[in-house]
Amino acid sequence: MKRTNKILLKGNEAVVYGALLAGCECYFGYPITPASEIAHTAARLFPKLGRIFIQAECEIASINMVLGASAAGRRAMTASSGLGISLKQEGVSYIAGSELPAVIIDVMRGGPGLGNIAPEQADYNQIVKGGGHGSYKCIVLAPGSVQEMCDLTVLAFDLADKYRTPVYVLTDGMIGQMMEKLELPEPKGRRPLPEWALNRECPKANCIASIYLDTGDLEKVNIRLNKKYDEIKKNEQRAEEYHMEDAEYAFVAYGISSRMARTAVDELRSEGMKIGLIRPQTLFPFPADALNRAVDRGVKEFFCVEMSNGQMIDDVKLSIECRRPVTLINRMGGNVPSVEEIIQAVKAKLGVK
Amino acid sequence: MADVVKFAKPAGFFDTFVRRPGPIKKNMHYCPGCGHGILHKLIAEAMADFKIKDHTVLIAPVGCAVFAYYYFDCYGVSSPHGRAPAIATAISRTNPDDVVISYQGDGDLASIGFNHILQAANRGENMTVFFVNNAIYGMTGGQMAPTTLPGQVTQTSPWGRSVEETGYPIKVCEMISQFEAPVYVERCALSTVPNIMKARNAVRKAIQNSMNKKGFSLVEFLSGCPVNLKMNAEQMNAFLNEKMTKFFPLGVYKDVADERAPVHHPVPTFDREKVIETLYPQAFDHAVEDNFRYKSPVFQKECKVKISGFGGQGVLSLGHVMAVMGKLRNFNVSWLPSYGPEMRGGTANCSVVFSHKHVGSPQADYNCDLMICMNQPSVDKFLGQLSPKGVLVYDASTISNPPTGPEQTVYGIRASDIAAEMGNQKMANSVILGAVIQMMQECLMNEDEKDDLDRAVEAALNESFASKPELAA
Repeated sequence: MKRTNKILLKGNEAVVYGALLAGCECYFGYPITPASEIAHTAARLFPKLGRIFIQAECEIASINMVLGASAAGRRAMTASSGLGISLKQEGVSYIAGSELPAVIIDVMRGGPGLGNIAPEQADYNQIVKGGGHGSYKCIVLAPGSVQEMCDLTVLAFDLADKYRTPVYVLTDGMIGQMMEKLELPEPKGRRPLPEWALNRECPKANCIASIYLDTGDLEKVNIRLNKKYDEIKKNEQRAEEYHMEDAEYAFVAYGISSRMARTAVDELRSEGMKIGLIRPQTLFPFPADALNRAVDRGVKEFFCVEMSNGQMIDDVKLSIECRRPVTLINRMGGNVPSVEEIIQAVKAKLGVK
Repeated sequence: MADVVKFAKPAGFFDTFVRRPGPIKKNMHYCPGCGHGILHKLIAEAMADFKIKDHTVLIAPVGCAVFAYYYFDCYGVSSPHGRAPAIATAISRTNPDDVVISYQGDGDLASIGFNHILQAANRGENMTVFFVNNAIYGMTGGQMAPTTLPGQVTQTSPWGRSVEETGYPIKVCEMISQFEAPVYVERCALSTVPNIMKARNAVRKAIQNSMNKKGFSLVEFLSGCPVNLKMNAEQMNAFLNEKMTKFFPLGVYKDVADERAPVHHPVPTFDREKVIETLYPQAFDHAVEDNFRYKSPVFQKECKVKISGFGGQGVLSLGHVMAVMGKLRNFNVSWLPSYGPEMRGGTANCSVVFSHKHVGSPQADYNCDLMICMNQPSVDKFLGQLSPKGVLVYDASTISNPPTGPEQTVYGIRASDIAAEMGNQKMANSVILGAVIQMMQECLMNEDEKDDLDRAVEAALNESFASKPELAA
């Protein structure tokens, strides 16, 4: 039978395809809207390829299963939405402290509390700033399309291994639920067992822990971890720039709100405004270099489009050391800012009719 | 002359505790009289005798045994408080030929992680749980445990445990043995020599069950904590043998390992062909070259389509078929459904956006080029989002006189009536699709493209319903 790599998938399904093509061996998760299609698809496809799917008893168990499988040398993942991720934070801190690779998908929904199941981007702080206890960071990838839901999931596994650290794919209910055409990447084989794994093919002295009672020892560990995060900041910043060559103004937006901002760029450009878009594909490390290049090239003002109370905007301001005004254009409660709203907000701020 | 070793550590221990930081490498960190030391020795002996050191993973808990991995000559992993059964589950599934030991205390297992142990037991994971019950929190300094006896004084029950306020000691063996899946549940005491000998057998039996892949075994050990209970050795043994055993009777609660077949788990495959066959879709006929483009002006810009109606009318599948058509004809396409509670009764809608360029916003919420309304509330809610020059297609069986603008093009189709006449009201969406196709062919396309559109519809229907071929036919 003839096969094609072109396929129409929901964002949530594309995550699972990406994971399997990246050689992910285990999925552990607990159902939650709007991330459930990830569990549904994983339940169907992982066992078909002999890989492991467990519906865990809770979010806490699923992240600890990821810890266990990763310690055993397997590529492992879990997925949830904001409130489930809140529960996982303990485990993520342990994974970061134990320096294990792991991939975690957060399909954001409205909060705080039970909130609603509409898309929001208000998990930014809990995901990008650490979220659990201790001085650690996770790499955070922010897909802007279904294609990237697949591609960045593949990348997440590679970065998790490269830096032995948890990697989030931070997305939202709308990208999770929407279907787009994508091209599937080539399947990868099994990742070779890492030498630190708890596996009979690895040295028996192997031991995975994050406890250091001696304060000097623990400080050394923290210093090492933070050197690693500096490396990540240096090597792994990713951002897509759209019409930034001659831009006097720039949107900064990730995920679904970047899609609205992109259309707003097209419409404002058709009216003669020189505006562009910087779309962070990594939130940690935040693409400070791209923003600073924009400042150097003459961007006069930035507009942050966010579906939160303004969480990424802090990183924009810090990155450019407040050298330019940064204005927040936002909606909350599960509302997606419309292209019209975004355009009106820019015009109002700049006093353009 | 060879060295005569009278007393030696069991070979399951490291000779020198290299994982232990600091200068002390030969001694354990446990207090005098603590049961952990005895149990560690029983486990280490069994690991050595069964020759499983090179494929045993020991999961150390939070609590006094947090450093258990200092001592055992096997793989070690440290767990967050109470989560050891989840970690053990994953290791047991990913390394099915290994022996996985979850070593847990009473606060860890029966309080903060109680759900995890119950669920792992109920799943029948192939693992061995050694549960140390000393009726008190040791590491944190003598607070009340879920297994603290009524009246027992602790730091957090300074006037004695009140059953009115804090309930009764939790009986773990009694609970776990009620599940179908576990194969072996026993309670022992690390007190007298006969009791310790029984515990030794229980340790071995549980580990052997794991080696034979029989599933879940749990052994509880009533254990002394003389420091926190402020007792001497004699008092400690009396407490274990006379007081604790009253609430926690010793004995075998379940032993069905002989009746159970070994657990089997799948082996991952990374065979490229099998992965492609499973994940890559079938390539249907009627495909076109990658550089194929429709020439009609309508397709030279982004096209936004909104489809809405009642849940169950096939609104989402109608949008899906159109999205597949777009994909098959080299458009970038997005399909965005309403989701969640809206889908469970009530209204449903979806947005489909086609473009030869990058699709920006996937939401068709203003300036829509085509709007399909299949019930009156959809007209009321969404008609304002139609472009002033857009096209409205509506179900005239249920909607009358939608208030459209002067430059909008309007097609009323009696879709529900026609579908009912054809014998299936659910086909109203197909009737609408047919009408839309005909509209496009008559108004928007040249002769070549008309024919191609038919082929695209057929291919899209085949692909959309590939898993339900009877519907495509």
